[in-house]
Amino acid sequence: MYKRLFPVLAILIALALVLSACGGTTTGEVKTVVETVIVEVEVPVEVEVEAAPAPAVEGILTRVLERGYVVCGGRTDLAGFGMLDADGHNLGFDIDFCRAVAAAVFGDPEAVEVVPLTAADRGPALQTAEVDILSRNVTWTASRDAQWGNFTNVMFYDGQGFMIRKDSGITSTDEFDGATVCVTSGTTTEQNLSDFFRQNGMEYEAVIFEETPAVYSAYEDGRCDITTSDKSQLASVRSGFADPEAHIILDITISKEPLTPAVPHGDDAWFDIVKLVSFALINAEELGVTQANVEDMKSSENINVLRLLGVEGDWGYTDLGLTPDALANAIAAVGNYGEIYDRYMGPQGISFTLPRGPNNLWNEGGLIYAPPVK
Amino acid sequence: MASQKTDTTAIPFYRDERILKIIAQIVSTVVIFGFLIWAVANFLKAADARNMELSFGFLKEAAGFPISNPPIEYEAGMTYGRAFVVGLMNTLLISGVGVVAATIIGTLVALARLSSNWLLSRMALVFIEFHRNIPLLVLLFIWYFVVFSFVPPVKESLVWPGPTFINKRGVYITWPRLTEAGSTFLILSIIGIIAAVIVFIILRRRRKYTGKNTYYMPISIVLVLIFCVSGWFLSGGSPFQLDIPFLKGFNYQGGLRLTPEFSGMFLSLSLYTAAFIAEVVRGGIQAVNKGQIEAARAVGLNQLQVLSLVVMPQALRIIIPPMISQYLNLTKNSSLALAIGFQEVFAIGKITINQAGRAVPVFGLIMITYLSLSLLTSFILNIYNRRIQFVVR
Repeated sequence: MYKRLFPVLAILIALALVLSACGGTTTGEVKTVVETVIVEVEVPVEVEVEAAPAPAVEGILTRVLERGYVVCGGRTDLAGFGMLDADGHNLGFDIDFCRAVAAAVFGDPEAVEVVPLTAADRGPALQTAEVDILSRNVTWTASRDAQWGNFTNVMFYDGQGFMIRKDSGITSTDEFDGATVCVTSGTTTEQNLSDFFRQNGMEYEAVIFEETPAVYSAYEDGRCDITTSDKSQLASVRSGFADPEAHIILDITISKEPLTPAVPHGDDAWFDIVKLVSFALINAEELGVTQANVEDMKSSENINVLRLLGVEGDWGYTDLGLTPDALANAIAAVGNYGEIYDRYMGPQGISFTLPRGPNNLWNEGGLIYAPPVK
Repeated sequence: MASQKTDTTAIPFYRDERILKIIAQIVSTVVIFGFLIWAVANFLKAADARNMELSFGFLKEAAGFPISNPPIEYEAGMTYGRAFVVGLMNTLLISGVGVVAATIIGTLVALARLSSNWLLSRMALVFIEFHRNIPLLVLLFIWYFVVFSFVPPVKESLVWPGPTFINKRGVYITWPRLTEAGSTFLILSIIGIIAAVIVFIILRRRRKYTGKNTYYMPISIVLVLIFCVSGWFLSGGSPFQLDIPFLKGFNYQGGLRLTPEFSGMFLSLSLYTAAFIAEVVRGGIQAVNKGQIEAARAVGLNQLQVLSLVVMPQALRIIIPPMISQYLNLTKNSSLALAIGFQEVFAIGKITINQAGRAVPVFGLIMITYLSLSLLTSFILNIYNRRIQFVVR
């Protein structure tokens, strides 16, 4: 038995030796020498493979084009921003932006895979380039810009507010001392909350959950006196409560929350494309180009419209490797900035109604402004 | 050195078992270490390409996020390191009380399961099957979001004897707190207990060697009592003061407070693990040979003596090893607490990852924490296990 096993074992070991590529230092046989030659050819290939991670991060656009769809880090649990309809179709303000990018790159707004992320997971997901775009009402901060990825263009100007029960009798934040506050973990909200109470010398008890629905279910259930988040989110959540009228959002805004889609570090072309799509949506509203009239506008007399829609001049599509009508496709897919906003949060919005306020165009008293597309 | 032998016996090296064994060792070592080195190098390269910082320096930076009900002093201005320690304390707390409660409940359920009373035995069976067959996370949600939603709000608190107040903000128990003079009492009591334990061990050993009764039990008890009573009088007769919860502003103040998050975690974790422990204990008891019990009865031992002198010592040998893994499971399962907002080490770790953007060092830290906890637990329990095993002579 054993004797028969030895040759087999010897062959296996010889194979293992060759594969482990440490060279036959102890053997002098001709056969193994021949085989080590083959290994030497293999080594440079292996080195190239090992060096691959760096370009893999840099080539997001290449990766997207090869894959044929955009992986969008979003959410499914926040009415207005990222949610599901009755058929399980992703929609929302943030999701529509991903669709606009997909339409620009592939001409198809459905070429999107939405990956739902919790607040705590989104940073690492972007850092490791698991997603091509993070469009999940992320606040743009300096440290996140340095650590997570590149922030493109502010799509929604928000600020943190407080929601309380009407019957609590509280009218201002001065009466907050000793309150219990429900908050989502891993957010700027969490930090602003502690800064706010610390600065005002008030005590509070934080109840912290990772999942957004858990935060609001605990609040609605009476675990907390107050809940805090971006005001748009509070409005969204309140609309889903059993009795929305029983809760009020206080007027005070304690922070700046510029909600901005972000892309992973390392691919300038991809960064440019995503930025450009947001510019196009904003410019389209400014120029009166809508989802309905985008085809007609291609024969417009306004030169800026013609440039935006790629009829005249080059807005950069040759350098970015896109088609001239890429931005026109994006607008045709989801509409202009104002249309996206109104679809979910306008007076007839399907989720709730939130006055545009700072999210009006710059020439209508808001902050939404984009460089010209030409 | 082995090559000398090949020379003398003239067997070609590829047929020499000893040489082949050495080669196999070398090859497997090279393969394993090669893989490890490749994996680490690949990881470092990838981290470098993504500009990820891998040092632990961030632990000294200010955390800036709040933690609910920290067991030790913590403010948002303190460091990430401090926040991590707070999380660790919470993990130790929930695992510690969880292990004790699960063991007690589990043993009682096992005894009920083995009882000849049909109703008791069936009730234990239902308890075990219910808790063993639903995921812990579901159990957590049932307790936290379903059961606690029936608890009244603060202003309409349930009042139980004690008085104990139960409302949506937690359970507030009237609790004896040490007064300033009480520390004398506490110190003297601790000294008394230590002294009693030493005396107990010495006297019991003397009895073992001399065979004479040394009355070790009464002597130790008297010793403890002497110290406690003298401490009581030295501290002015009132070392404790009852801390009764009272309503102030939004919430109750004072007393011992168990938050809904802690209570939910504690209940689900200990009940869930208790179901498994009950089966372990039942298995251990049933594995004791029936003849042993009959023999014990035959020599005239009563029911309690049969259990404590014959059944349990033998059952423990079987129970302890699987029990260790249940304890380890409980400790690791406590990481699910982040779902209901109890902030143990994993929850804090995840927040840190998000706020500091340091996924790799934080996950490293979390892994090391759980690994050390588990190794420490099994080390201690293994010592105990070795002591109670059969001594083979």
